[in-house]
Amino acid sequence: MNVLMTLEMAAECHPERIAATCGERSITYGRMLEAARRAGARIRASGCRHVGFLDVNSLAAPVALYAAACAGLPYVPMNYRLTKPEIRALLQRIAPAWLVADPQLLEGIEVPDGFTVVDREQFLREALDGEHAAEEPAQADPAAVAVQLFTSGTTGAPKAAVLRHENLMSYILGTVEFAAADEDDATLVAVPPYHIAGISAILSSTYACRRMVQLPGFDGQAWLETCRREKATNAFVVPTMLARIIEYIDGSGAEAAMPSLRALAYGGGKMPAPVIERAMQLWPAVDFTNAYGLTETSSTIALLDPEGHREGFHSADPEVRKRLHSVGRPIDAVEIEIRGEDGNVLPAGEVGSVFVRGGQVAGEYLGVGSLLDDKGWFPTCDRGYLDKYGFLYLDGRADDVIVRGGENISPGEIEDVLRQHPAIADVAVVAVPDTEWGEAVGAVVVLGPGATAGEAELRDWVRERLRSSRVPAVLCFRQQLPYNEMGKILRRVLREELSAAG
Amino acid sequence: MNTLKTGSRLKSAVCDTEVMVVRAVADEVCLECGGAQMLPMGADKPAAAMAHEAFAQGTLVGKRYTDAAERFELLCTKGGKGSLSIDGVVLAVKQAKALPSSD
Repeated sequence: MNVLMTLEMAAECHPERIAATCGERSITYGRMLEAARRAGARIRASGCRHVGFLDVNSLAAPVALYAAACAGLPYVPMNYRLTKPEIRALLQRIAPAWLVADPQLLEGIEVPDGFTVVDREQFLREALDGEHAAEEPAQADPAAVAVQLFTSGTTGAPKAAVLRHENLMSYILGTVEFAAADEDDATLVAVPPYHIAGISAILSSTYACRRMVQLPGFDGQAWLETCRREKATNAFVVPTMLARIIEYIDGSGAEAAMPSLRALAYGGGKMPAPVIERAMQLWPAVDFTNAYGLTETSSTIALLDPEGHREGFHSADPEVRKRLHSVGRPIDAVEIEIRGEDGNVLPAGEVGSVFVRGGQVAGEYLGVGSLLDDKGWFPTCDRGYLDKYGFLYLDGRADDVIVRGGENISPGEIEDVLRQHPAIADVAVVAVPDTEWGEAVGAVVVLGPGATAGEAELRDWVRERLRSSRVPAVLCFRQQLPYNEMGKILRRVLREELSAAG
Repeated sequence: MNTLKTGSRLKSAVCDTEVMVVRAVADEVCLECGGAQMLPMGADKPAAAMAHEAFAQGTLVGKRYTDAAERFELLCTKGGKGSLSIDGVVLAVKQAKALPSSD
């Protein structure tokens, strides 16, 4: 079992079909398999132990992933937005390695010993136009590491999450039907190559034989124009991307129509209600899917399907309507349960820790080991509950819960209420140290253009809608909130600022 | 008779068929394609062998094949002329449940 099998099968069935398009260039499944074998043979001969990747999306990304699988080595795509010392520290952890990189991203970084560095063009040229490569079917040990991803590392050094061939293939075989795509189908890939959604996009598209259209750098306009030019039928975005696309349309008056687009999936963070509702208004014919997953679970473990979206969007019943803000039901290949603080499974409707089990769940870091319990359950560190219909609702990260005098308070509930205030454009709620309660509620508010609202007014707004313990003890205003490049709020930064201010 | 190991890949001795074991209980069974025992990927094929006519309905790439009790499941990674069978009983194509694309 090896992820290369997805490409072997696609190349066997549809050798002439386009596998990927980036800008003016395209590559077929047949050529991609040849390129991966050729590059894989070179990499194996070099004696390297990892295949690093430090670049934006391009045809080189899928070729490098599959070349690593051919060589039997872990593929390690890295975040090119990190600082130079951070990138150097990651490089040191994967030496000796073959590194496909944009030379500009390596400027000013002293590459450690044991690296073979090739730029994107050289890598592709050598992979595409070399001697004939041996046609050995991939027979790697299913337990070998296929992909290694560094987590964002909110505390201390980034952790290296490992995904084994058996984890990724379990995900693909459990969620994708082989060659299900039509010849004219195309999926627009805008997530960066170092994100788990970037990995699963390559594997899923290849196994479905669906052409990938790669977008090297995201902005709302480029996404829309590429979607139309390439006649994309499917796309995946993180919530921030969808917000930017809608901002671009609403701000510029640009044409919103995307006649070719049939399905838009999103995930990777919490989707703000106004964004998904506006998207469903703009594109009523599009099938929306919300995918919830983690790096450690080889991507999606639950999804809200298009039917769930429409039921929620059109229903008058609040119980069904709120479904639009759930992450849907667990996929068939995994089980999900909610546990309380005592470790016991909680009944429907009660908030606790989300646990998941299944073949795709890796739950493992280098140097730390497996986080699975003896029955195979992985703690996601997300909080949430299952409703009586089996829909999963998330309630933030366990680390973000505010413990005020022994009471657990979820920031999300307070943020949702504050976001409904007409003057508020964006908001984040975090824990602040408090001598009396241990922790108290801190709120950081971004006002809309020209809007005004005082601290007292906003406190009253919360007091009228939630219990008094939810009223922010510390409230401050900011021009904008700090987000990482994938659209996740950097709560740690806000906690530090508020602690220093308080 | 062999036990089948999840994740392992096998090829037909008589046609182009290749499979990967997706699920298997630990029992020893005789996995055949075209009426001849399947081989490890590295093994040499006997020359000029043909699928037995009782086991010649063919396999299709990407399809999953299971026994009636669903104790075994094989993914066809390359199609061929022979049919897959376990202990002489031809395996059936498992119907896939359609999921919306999530990535």
